[in-house]
Amino acid sequence: MKPAPFRYHRARDVHGTTQLLAELGEDAKVIAGGQSLVAMMNFRLARPRHLVDIGALRELDHLGVGPDGALRIGALTTHHTVETAPDEVLGTGFAVLRRAMGWIGHLPIRARGTVGGSIAHADATAEWCLLAVALGARLRVAGPGGQRLLPAEGFFLGPYTSVLEPDELLTEIVFPRPAPHAALTEFAERKGDFALVSAVVDLDIGAGRVRGGRVGLGGVAPVPVRVPAAEAVLAGGGSFAECAAVAAAAVDPPDDAGGSTAYRRQLVRALVERACTEAAEATERREAGRR
Amino acid sequence: MTTHPRPPDAADADALALQAPELQLMVLDVNGERHEVITEPRRTLVDVLRHELRLTGTHVGCEHGICGACTVLVDDRPVRACLMFAAQAEGARIRTVESLSAGSCGRPDELGDLQRAFRERHALQCGFCTPGFLMLAEGFLAERPDADREQIREVVAANLCRCTGYQPIVEAIEQCAAARRAARSDVRKEK
Repeated sequence: MKPAPFRYHRARDVHGTTQLLAELGEDAKVIAGGQSLVAMMNFRLARPRHLVDIGALRELDHLGVGPDGALRIGALTTHHTVETAPDEVLGTGFAVLRRAMGWIGHLPIRARGTVGGSIAHADATAEWCLLAVALGARLRVAGPGGQRLLPAEGFFLGPYTSVLEPDELLTEIVFPRPAPHAALTEFAERKGDFALVSAVVDLDIGAGRVRGGRVGLGGVAPVPVRVPAAEAVLAGGGSFAECAAVAAAAVDPPDDAGGSTAYRRQLVRALVERACTEAAEATERREAGRR
Repeated sequence: MTTHPRPPDAADADALALQAPELQLMVLDVNGERHEVITEPRRTLVDVLRHELRLTGTHVGCEHGICGACTVLVDDRPVRACLMFAAQAEGARIRTVESLSAGSCGRPDELGDLQRAFRERHALQCGFCTPGFLMLAEGFLAERPDADREQIREVVAANLCRCTGYQPIVEAIEQCAAARRAARSDVRKEK
């Protein structure tokens, strides 16, 4: 199908964008890469009367590690840019993000889709939403009155819903600390499809032993979640299999056409254990330079 | 007494567009040529390529980014032309399947090397998906000229083909990549 008519606005800078969004109100949508929004507009599931294109805001297309060791990703950075980022850009301890990109759609989707767009879209199974929650990212948001920095946990309110106000723009995603022993894995019926269940594990490894870690899951709740019970198993010296079993018992996944609750629990168990193993095996040197 | 039916509210926007569609001037760089197009902002890139510029080599299939028939290059990267408004493509270099054959061997109708590889390997049957596969492969090989068979298999998963079973497509892309590598090393030897 073809999208409904709309008025097209091209943003010139961040401040102007938020001012324009404030003027236009609820009838406006921001478009970045458009890999979710244009499909929804073609189906007329979304019918914004105004479209604000931020594609020209080059100041939002950046990627690099600051002096504080945090990785800063501009909202307009594409998945493909992260996927192909050399070590000197991505910094030490963030290769998990590069490896995770292969799970997002296909090459042409990753070439257009943006990190900020994915997070602002707030799909409960999106890889970036899960990575942000599991790895404790902070999200910089600009509004007409200034900017705020929000923890990713708490940013998502439900499927396709976040705390972003209609006049606000997500400008930057900050991963505050390296995650050298982390992995994302997921299951989808077909390669490149939306994940049925996805898992991120970020292990704290010291002196060759697992001392704790973070476990995050997508596709088991309306938003990506962390699983404290499973993290407690890791902190207590439990095995990866125990951690996975506890994670599966702790969640209450939806029962729908994609899969039953029981099936999704099985997936949680398999994927958490797999992510734990991959996270433990992840070392920065082995994959230097290439995905 | 005569009553006049009122159109339902939901159709307001469409009714408005039919009366006075909002038009916009767009300047697009397609296959190295500058085009000025006056059209509605809701036109996707694939629709503008086909309907305004009459470059009908790019096909349009599912219109929601699944099938890949509309794949073109935007700033050298393969993208879905149905998931992009033409207005977003202003300032970018767009390449369509027409660019593969145009003038590469001096004759406008001569097929490019990737197209010849598809023909030799029988990498198409009905041909509907072919322009999308060609541009996907063209963009991929430009970035990864040394791609191996496994990487090619992974990348062609982006597009749907319901005739070939993919095997000949993988072989064609692999053959073209190998020929290009050989040509490059010949050039190096001559120097």
